[in-house]
Amino acid sequence: MKHLEQQLRALRSSGRKALVPYFVAGLTPDWIQHVEAAVLAGADAVEIGVPFSDPMIDGVVIQEGVLRSLEAGTTLDSVCKDLSSLSTHVPLVAMTYYNIFFHYGLERAAGKIAASGLSGAIVPDLTIEESSDWRVACDAHDLANVFIVAPSSTPDRVALLAPASEGFCYASARMAVTGRAADEGDAKRVVGEVRAISDVPVYVGIGIGTPEQAREASMVSDGVIVGTALVQLILDGGDVHAIEDFIGSFRRAIDIAPVSA
Amino acid sequence: MSESSFMSSPDARGHFGEFGGRFVPEALMPACLELESAFRDAWADAAFQHEYRTVLKEFGGRPTPVTPLPRLSERLGLELYAKREDLAHTGSHKINNVVGQTLLTKRMGKTRVIAETGAGQHGVATATAAARFGLECTVYMGEVDTKRQVLNVFRMELLGATVVPVTSGSRTLKDAVNEAMREWVSCVNDTHYCLGSVMGPHPFPWMVRELQSIIGIEASAQLHDMGVGTPDLVVACVGGGSNAAGVFAGFANTSARLVGVEAAGGSAVGMGSPGVLHGMKSLLIQDEFGQIEEAHSISAGLDYPGIGPEHAFLATSGRAEYQAIGDDEVLGALKVLSELEGIIPALETAHAVAWIMKEAGGAIPKGSKVLLNLSGRGDKDVAQVREILRAEG
Repeated sequence: MKHLEQQLRALRSSGRKALVPYFVAGLTPDWIQHVEAAVLAGADAVEIGVPFSDPMIDGVVIQEGVLRSLEAGTTLDSVCKDLSSLSTHVPLVAMTYYNIFFHYGLERAAGKIAASGLSGAIVPDLTIEESSDWRVACDAHDLANVFIVAPSSTPDRVALLAPASEGFCYASARMAVTGRAADEGDAKRVVGEVRAISDVPVYVGIGIGTPEQAREASMVSDGVIVGTALVQLILDGGDVHAIEDFIGSFRRAIDIAPVSA
Repeated sequence: MSESSFMSSPDARGHFGEFGGRFVPEALMPACLELESAFRDAWADAAFQHEYRTVLKEFGGRPTPVTPLPRLSERLGLELYAKREDLAHTGSHKINNVVGQTLLTKRMGKTRVIAETGAGQHGVATATAAARFGLECTVYMGEVDTKRQVLNVFRMELLGATVVPVTSGSRTLKDAVNEAMREWVSCVNDTHYCLGSVMGPHPFPWMVRELQSIIGIEASAQLHDMGVGTPDLVVACVGGGSNAAGVFAGFANTSARLVGVEAAGGSAVGMGSPGVLHGMKSLLIQDEFGQIEEAHSISAGLDYPGIGPEHAFLATSGRAEYQAIGDDEVLGALKVLSELEGIIPALETAHAVAWIMKEAGGAIPKGSKVLLNLSGRGDKDVAQVREILRAEG
């Protein structure tokens, strides 16, 4: 079992729901301090978004964040260099599109991010059918490759994805790109389908924009991923204190959620 | 791979050699699998084939003729023929694809189509087929392109479609594809994404090539009926590559040289490297970090930083060759074809004409029989051409 999954299983065993914020790496010069603020305020793991020019599954807010980061000159190498100044005890998971790793060289990319302290990766446009080369590279560097299960995933696909997902399984709460949503989505059903097949921790993302939504999603899962609302806060000029307040409000909301079965 | 198997089916996961495949969010995988299954089933169904061909005949204006080009032939010392896709309904080959995909949409029980468009040709064709078959239609078009192609926006609206200007990224075709993909995620249950070229995730590159192969199949038979036989060269312009794939499909297993002509500022074969974008692995124009770069061309239809994966395979395997033509060579070719043959070609098509003119007696030996795929008519471009010629004085 990959190290990331051991950590996240231990977290679950401790009775704590995972709070996983997503940051666009390089969005501001002090983005590393933003990550540290989030950890201080109660994040259990952090998704490090490496910007790609064509973010197919991201909504307008993250698109804007990615564009700004690219304009500032962010690259995979610069992200890894920045991470060397990050001091944190929580696991870090890369989130980016496949071309970034493919172009860098799969083996070289896996080695690079592992050496920079990342222990997992989410590649939303890499289907399980095309993933074998990347997973070999991940295995060589103890990187956990996280798969996403969608509301549209058929039972035979859940049966492929859930056992293959390492670290945690990303349950997409709705059929939408990243962004805010009004409804609670399909989180409960999707998580249930994964749990019927695998005991890997299951985290809910896509459309978790408020502490209340996070609380509800955490009640049916092992953790929540918060991206767009946080990126919006930073795009609007939010500083480390604003980020601490933001993450703190999510922390409190999911900590008062009753422990689910 | 033996020559006889070129342009047959991709492998079970949609690969043409190392290219193709499926690189999409999991949310879209079930739809891609459903579409593949539906197309396989339909394409093997004689009733579907009959309906597709009947609609293309009665509504689409097929078969389009093959026209000898005697005056240009004489000037260049070649024996030139043009497959007249400019005479198909809506003025280009795009109708072949959209008729097939809208019939398939109905067969799958979906009620709405979405599409991306660059110059507007595929958007107009999709809006046309959607109107004909009573489907709701939304077209995503880069904001820059909506301004460059105001009349095509109006045409789509006349046909009852909604045109959504895309303001993300470079606001051109590649961003329109991203936006259509994003939209498809949220409405995949009742909506088919009518992709306009031989690109995207499997089955699109294969399906669109099959739906466009009618060009090459017709042209091959027509040249034989005319006593010309197999041409020495088949030449077509390439953006994503659907018209080229369609005409090449009729000649892939003959001795004909296959030549795709890209815009110099969007030459994915000439300037690109392997990468993954828009659901496929192919040759892409990208920077040293794997960020996709913008293509630049006088013709919006060739303004795409990639190429269909089967073309990437045909290029790397050597079965087809891909050449680039700069903006400055295009207008001259457009004028020559207009003045000598009475045909105003689309700016996209003019790239293929320009390459033939440039290489006649060079890369194309004198006396060669050359089939030009005349993929579209130039009406949509005349205002732009007029402006450029005026500016040049």
